[in-house]
Amino acid sequence: MGATDFAGAPPRGATGSSSPATLAQPTNSAATDRQAEYRSLMRKWWFGAAVGAPTMVLSYPWLIPGLRDVFPRGSEQLWWLWVAMGIASLAVIAYSGNQFFTGAWEALRHRSANMHTLIAIGTGTAWVYSTVALLVPQLFPSAEMADVYYDVTVVVTALVVLGMAMEVKARGRTSEAIEKLIGLQPRTARVVRDGAETEIPIEGVVVGDIVVVRPGAKIPVDGMVVLGASAVDESMITGESMPVAKGPDDEVIGATMNTTGSLRFRATKVGADTALATIVRMVGDAQASRVPIQRIVDVVSSYFTPAVVILSILGFVIWYDVGPAPAFTYATIVAVTTLIIACPCALGMATPMSLTTGVGLAAGHGILIRSGDALQAAKKIDTVVLDKTGTITVGKPAVTDVVAADGFEVDAILALAAAAERDSEHPLAAAIVDGAAERGLSPPEASRFEAVPGHGIRAWLGERRVLVGKRAFLEAGGVKAAVLEAEAARLADEGKTPVYVALDDRVAGLVAIADPVKDDSAAAIAALRRLGLQVVMITGDNRRTADAIARRVGVDRVLAEVLPQDKAHEVRTLQLEGRTVAMVGDGINDAPALAQADVGFAIGTGTDVAIEASDVTLISGSLRGVVSAIAISRATMRNVHENLFGAFVYNGLGLPVALGVLYPFVGLLLSPILAALAMSFSSVTVISNANRLKRFRLKEVAS
Amino acid sequence: MTPDQILVTVGGLAAAAGVAWFFWFKRSPGVRASTVSDGYQEVMILVKGGYTPDTIRVAAGRPVRLLFRREETAACSEQVVLPDFGKSAPLPTGTVVPIEFMPGEPGEHEFTCQMGMLRGRILVEAV
Repeated sequence: MGATDFAGAPPRGATGSSSPATLAQPTNSAATDRQAEYRSLMRKWWFGAAVGAPTMVLSYPWLIPGLRDVFPRGSEQLWWLWVAMGIASLAVIAYSGNQFFTGAWEALRHRSANMHTLIAIGTGTAWVYSTVALLVPQLFPSAEMADVYYDVTVVVTALVVLGMAMEVKARGRTSEAIEKLIGLQPRTARVVRDGAETEIPIEGVVVGDIVVVRPGAKIPVDGMVVLGASAVDESMITGESMPVAKGPDDEVIGATMNTTGSLRFRATKVGADTALATIVRMVGDAQASRVPIQRIVDVVSSYFTPAVVILSILGFVIWYDVGPAPAFTYATIVAVTTLIIACPCALGMATPMSLTTGVGLAAGHGILIRSGDALQAAKKIDTVVLDKTGTITVGKPAVTDVVAADGFEVDAILALAAAAERDSEHPLAAAIVDGAAERGLSPPEASRFEAVPGHGIRAWLGERRVLVGKRAFLEAGGVKAAVLEAEAARLADEGKTPVYVALDDRVAGLVAIADPVKDDSAAAIAALRRLGLQVVMITGDNRRTADAIARRVGVDRVLAEVLPQDKAHEVRTLQLEGRTVAMVGDGINDAPALAQADVGFAIGTGTDVAIEASDVTLISGSLRGVVSAIAISRATMRNVHENLFGAFVYNGLGLPVALGVLYPFVGLLLSPILAALAMSFSSVTVISNANRLKRFRLKEVAS
Repeated sequence: MTPDQILVTVGGLAAAAGVAWFFWFKRSPGVRASTVSDGYQEVMILVKGGYTPDTIRVAAGRPVRLLFRREETAACSEQVVLPDFGKSAPLPTGTVVPIEFMPGEPGEHEFTCQMGMLRGRILVEAV
């Protein structure tokens, strides 16, 4: 969609994770960087706090009973004490606060301003004021004005540094999801080389290698099973909690956990091509993408910091001109408080933090949300179009019922049908042969076949003739089939295709074939409707079959007899009705419809996760993933709005209060130290709220 | 009004105007990306409190490779995002991270840190 054209084109290279060896590196070192940053900030905080505590006390010794006599106002010992505090606070600025000054300077060179600019000016002003008051008190008309504010410099620096440390810590938690994914990759693989099993590093596995997986071991790369049978726990990738049975020709996904059996499989995707590597890349890109609402925030934040500087200058002027005495002191305090309380960080982090957490949360459920655009769009949808085949149903026809006429056994009928259909290429034939095999039947060997395309098949078992096909086909062969007509009509009403079976001149029974509905489809559709969405089923089936399935799963609306190429057009028609449409399909046959929809969901992609047409990819085949994806999108967007609301309200209330708007009415004026507390608290709150998303439980799905 | 009040008022207003001018009315001519042997237009960008250079001129229709080198540990700049091209990359301190994209039509695009505090511009010019 739109600007992501370039993003999709080269599948790798974009984020530098083009070789298997580099998969784990970028984020790992980001975590190391973060650790180092956290430790350094905490050291700075402790130093600031150690100097800050005595400074706070000694700045106002006349307020403390014991010290009042030792350091009386205007005494020489107090002056020396303040000189010592001035030097100590300079040390705090130089060590704990140096990033504010270097950051402000770097930003200034780019003619831009940021949080560092505000804190540097604020704490710097307080220090310079105090130092001037200390060295040349004669500049100040009253002795009260010549008080020092070193405590502001020290405590504000310490508190903001502590806030930054907590922020770094919380940031790490928001990206836990992707680190967990990276951590899933096993380090080694057992492959068959020169006829012997050897353990080699994962980077050494090439496409075509036969990989051996022991019970309880991790599957190292993506591949296709050639030998063995086992159940594989794929929950870490697909979000499905039940282990999946695997046998020859089944696809296995790297990083999933083998349970009790042994498997040998042929590697089909290795290194940066594996599902896991693609997932990591997609999640990383999505986490760094922008939610459309962010564009408004970007405009605001590009003006924010300089605007705060201007506000604080104007605040100074107003307090100097009309404020109470000592005007210069009040004006300075107001200007410093204003600079410190403004928190561009809360504003800037509100959206990205929620997006990172939300996308990570979804990935943990086997749902890959491609971008912030998809997330915001998924929140708005009111209609979900489900492609029937492969989405609501399994996508593979199977025998559902066998009806026996008088004198025949159910198993015998299926065996006869399977014998006749064994070499047929008709899709229903495969269902019958598989159905017989599943029931453990061994169909007799047929000696001769004749297929009549569009009608049925004629086969001979020795001297006996078997007819399998439509009723008219049997009757043309001289078999009376009217006795089963009522049963056939009932099966057809249930959306199944009845096939007649006759032995010699007698009708033996019916085999009903249908594309079975997935176990959890009805529950998932009910959950979608509970979310207030209209559910539409789209299918190429005839109306009768379509209606039968629709009744079973409970959709609101059925679009039947739609040719595959017309699906996109049907989606467009729904959009013209004013609906915001999500389309759910397999991502290959439905690609145009997925692209047309406001949000395209590709379902059941397995290892083929990078489906271009989709905005959301569901690795597992369960429709519940759609419910989870929509629920997570809604929760994430709600979180974004909460954060933005919080950040705007905080700044919108904090700035006027710091400027002293309330002073004329209730005499309220914030101290810079309180402002620093509020500022640190607000940015930590935003991140904590984003982290709260992680505790989001998919209760709608569970019920 | 006393003379000192007049002085503070005039000085304050001048300072406010100066701040507005300094931060909001900047235009830099930018740095033109140089074409390297593999046909990419390449430019090295230092990430330290901002992007240096922060305005990059490239020719439309030819691939671009931006080489980011982050020289600070402040968490703010740990990721760079090119929203218009759907690209992003984490920037570990001290490592050169390439980002490649294809500028289509002439126009102006942004690159920013994740929170949009650091900003740079890419000017795509007609050839």
